[in-house]
Amino acid sequence: MAAQTPTREQRAGTAGRQMDGAHMVIQALLDQGVDTIFGYPGGAVLPIYDALFEHDKIRHILVRHEQGAAHAAEGYARSTGKPGVMLVTSGPGATNAVTGLTDALMDSIPLVCLTGQVATHLIGSDAFQECDTVGITRPCTKHNYLVKDINDLSRIIHEAFYVATNGRPGPVVIDIPKDIQFQSGVYTGPSQIRHRTYRPKVKGDYAPIQEAVELMAGAERPILYTGGGVINSGPVASQLLRELARSTGFPVTSTLMGLGAFPAADRQWLGMLGMHGTYEANMAMHECDVMVNIGARFDDRVTGKLEEFSPRSKKIHIDIDPSSINKNVHVDVPIIGDVAHVLEDMVRIWKARNARTDAAAMKQWWDRIDGWRGRKSLSFRNSSEVIKPQHAVQRLYELTRHRNTYITTEVGQHQMWAAQHYHFQEPNRWMTSGGLGTMGYGLPAAVGVQIAHPDALVIDIAGEASVLMTMQEMSTAVQYRLPIKIFILNNEYMGMVRQWQQLLHGGRYSHSYSEALPDFVKLAEAYGCVGLRARTPDELDAKIEEMISVDRPVIFDCVVDKQENCYPMIPSGRGHHEMILPDTEDGGPGITEEGKMLV
Amino acid sequence: MPPFIKDAPIERRTLSVLVDNEAGVLARVIALFSARGYNIESLTVAEVDRASHTSRITIVTTGTAMMIEQIKAQLDRLVPVSKVVDLTAEHEAVEREMALVKVQGTGEKRVEAMRLSDIFRARIVDTTHSSFVFEVSGAPAKLDKFIELMRPLGLVDVSRTGVVAISRGPEGM
Repeated sequence: MAAQTPTREQRAGTAGRQMDGAHMVIQALLDQGVDTIFGYPGGAVLPIYDALFEHDKIRHILVRHEQGAAHAAEGYARSTGKPGVMLVTSGPGATNAVTGLTDALMDSIPLVCLTGQVATHLIGSDAFQECDTVGITRPCTKHNYLVKDINDLSRIIHEAFYVATNGRPGPVVIDIPKDIQFQSGVYTGPSQIRHRTYRPKVKGDYAPIQEAVELMAGAERPILYTGGGVINSGPVASQLLRELARSTGFPVTSTLMGLGAFPAADRQWLGMLGMHGTYEANMAMHECDVMVNIGARFDDRVTGKLEEFSPRSKKIHIDIDPSSINKNVHVDVPIIGDVAHVLEDMVRIWKARNARTDAAAMKQWWDRIDGWRGRKSLSFRNSSEVIKPQHAVQRLYELTRHRNTYITTEVGQHQMWAAQHYHFQEPNRWMTSGGLGTMGYGLPAAVGVQIAHPDALVIDIAGEASVLMTMQEMSTAVQYRLPIKIFILNNEYMGMVRQWQQLLHGGRYSHSYSEALPDFVKLAEAYGCVGLRARTPDELDAKIEEMISVDRPVIFDCVVDKQENCYPMIPSGRGHHEMILPDTEDGGPGITEEGKMLV
Repeated sequence: MPPFIKDAPIERRTLSVLVDNEAGVLARVIALFSARGYNIESLTVAEVDRASHTSRITIVTTGTAMMIEQIKAQLDRLVPVSKVVDLTAEHEAVEREMALVKVQGTGEKRVEAMRLSDIFRARIVDTTHSSFVFEVSGAPAKLDKFIELMRPLGLVDVSRTGVVAISRGPEGM
C-alpha cells in the first residue's frame, strides 16, 4: 500500500498541538485553505483579531458595516465557488450580519460566519453587546453552533466548512464566547473531522434518471429549465448542461440565479424566464410537454399563478435538496442529487441509448419558439434625448463583453434590465440577490468579487436607491484599492416600487421618490474615488469607456428616463401566457384582485 | 400554499425523528414547524442512546399528504437530524401516551373514581384522604376518555406526556 500523503496540518505539525482558542480559529481557517476574511472588529472578537495581527497568510478585509461583510463574502463565494468567510463581533455585529446570512440562505451561498460572544459565564445576563446569536440566526442559517468548550472549537470550525459547502450550500454561524478564545486546548485538524450524521446524497438514483431520459426522448415540446443549482454544482455542471443541450437539441431557459450556466450567445438559449423573463421563455414553459428542471426550485417569480403553470407538461426535477421536490409544483420524476453527478449520468444514458427525439415535432416546436421570439419582448422605444436604462445596459454590455468582466447588481428594475440585456457566456460571472431581494447587495458583493479577482473588471449595475443602503462600503473599496465600478441607473425613484404603484395603486407614488439624493459625482470624490456622470445618449459610450479605463473605484451616475417601466412582465396572479409586452403595455392583462395580494 | 397541497384531505400522522442530541436541536425542530406554518398536536423528546448522543423526537402532526411529505423533507434537511420515519403511513406502529390525573373528592365520588380507574388499569401513585393521583397509559383516545370520566368526579389537574410510538415487528428505525 502506498504511503498516505501527509495532510496539510500534518506537514505543518499543528494537529494535536496545544493552543489558545483565538489561534485555533486562525489555524483552522488556514487548514481549510482560507486566504481572505471579511470582518469588523469589536470587544468580543479582540483575541481573534490579535491572533490575526501576526498573520500574513490570511488577508482581512475591513468592511464598514457587518452586512457589507456578509455580501462581500457572498460575492467572493459566488465568483470563486469557494466558501466565503466573515468575522464579526457579538451583539450588533451579529444582528447586522443577519440580512446577509438570510440572503446567503435563500440563494444557497456557502458562508462561514464567525461571531464573537460574551464570556460563557455572562451568557443570559443581558451583558453589554450580548444577544442570543444562535437563537437569532437559527432560522437564517443552514446550521449554527455556540462553542461552549475549547476542545470542541476546532472540530466545530471544520464541521462548519463541511456543512456550508456540502449538500445544498448555505451559511453557517459559529458563535465563540470571548473566554473560549483565551482558553487553551488541543487543536484537531480537518482530516480527522467528519460530521456524525450529515451525509447529503449527491449521486442520483439510476431508475429515475433512466425514466427521465425516456420521457425526454419521447418529447415533442421539451424545455430545459435551469437554475442556481447548476452554478453551485461547479463548472463541470455547466459543461454537462451544454453537452445535454447539444445532444438533445432542447431549448434552454434559466432563472435569475442560473444565468451564465448556459451561454446566452447559443441559438438554443431563450433568455431568462419568469416575471420579467422573455416572452419566448415563458411561452415555451407554458406550452411544453416535457420540462426538465435542473437545479431550480419553482420559485414564485418563475411560476406565476400556480394553477396555470405549464399545465400540459410532465415534469422532471433534479435537486440536491429533497425538500424542494413537490414544494410548490407537483413533479412526475424527481431526481435527488447534485446537478453535475446527475447530468453526467443523464448525458451518458442519453448517448448510450442513442436517444433521438422526433425531428419533425422538434422542428415544429422550434418554429413556434421562433414565432414567440419574433415578438421581440425585450424591445423598447429608444430615445436620442434621454438615456433609456435598457440602452445603458446594452451599451455597457457591448463595451465590456470582450473583457474579463463580473457583474453584480442591487435589487429592482435595474437588476431586471441587467438580467435581460447583459448577456453571460460563463458561470460565476453574475452575482445578484435573488431569493431575498436585498437592496444594497451589489456594492459590497462587488468588493468581494474584486478581492477574489484583482485583475477583472467588476461592475455593480445599481439603482440610486439601493446603492445608498450600503454606500459606505466605497470606503472599503478605496482602502484596498479595489477598482470596482458602480454603474448607477439613476431614475430618482425606487423604480420597481414606482412601477407597481403605477400598475396597482393608480399612480399614487407613495414615498417612492428618491428625495434629497446626494450628488453622486461629489460623493465619489468625497470617498476618494472617481465620479462620472452621463446625461445624454451622445456622451454615454465615451463616459463608459472612461469608467473602464480608470484604474480606481468609480461611481458612475447614469441619469436615465425616470418613467421607464420594466417589461415584459407577468402581472402578479397571472400565468406565463398572460404577459404584458412592451407593445401591449396599455392593453395587456390587468392585475386581478387576488393578484394584488401577492408581492 | 400551492393549490395541489391545500385542496387534499387532512390526515393525522405520527413522525419519529432521530437527532444528534446537541444544544438547540429541539428549538430547530419546533422553529421549523412555526416558521413554515405546520401543526404540532404533540411532541415528545428524550435521549435514547447516551453513548451515541442520539435523541428521539415523536411528533404528531396533521396535514395533507403533500404537506406531510414536505414536513418530512424539511425535518430531514436539518443538519442534526439523521432519520425521519412516518410511523402512520410507512409502518404498523404501537402508540402510547401516559397521563398523571389528579382527582379530588370524598364519599361516593371518590369510590366511583377508584372503580373507574380499575377499569382503565390506572395505577394510584399518590393519595390523601381527599385525593388521588392516577397514572394511566394507552392510546391517546383512551386517555381522553378517562379524563372525561374523571371530570365530574373532581378532576383537578392533568399532565400528559404526548405520544411516543414505535414500529411493530423486529426491524429498528
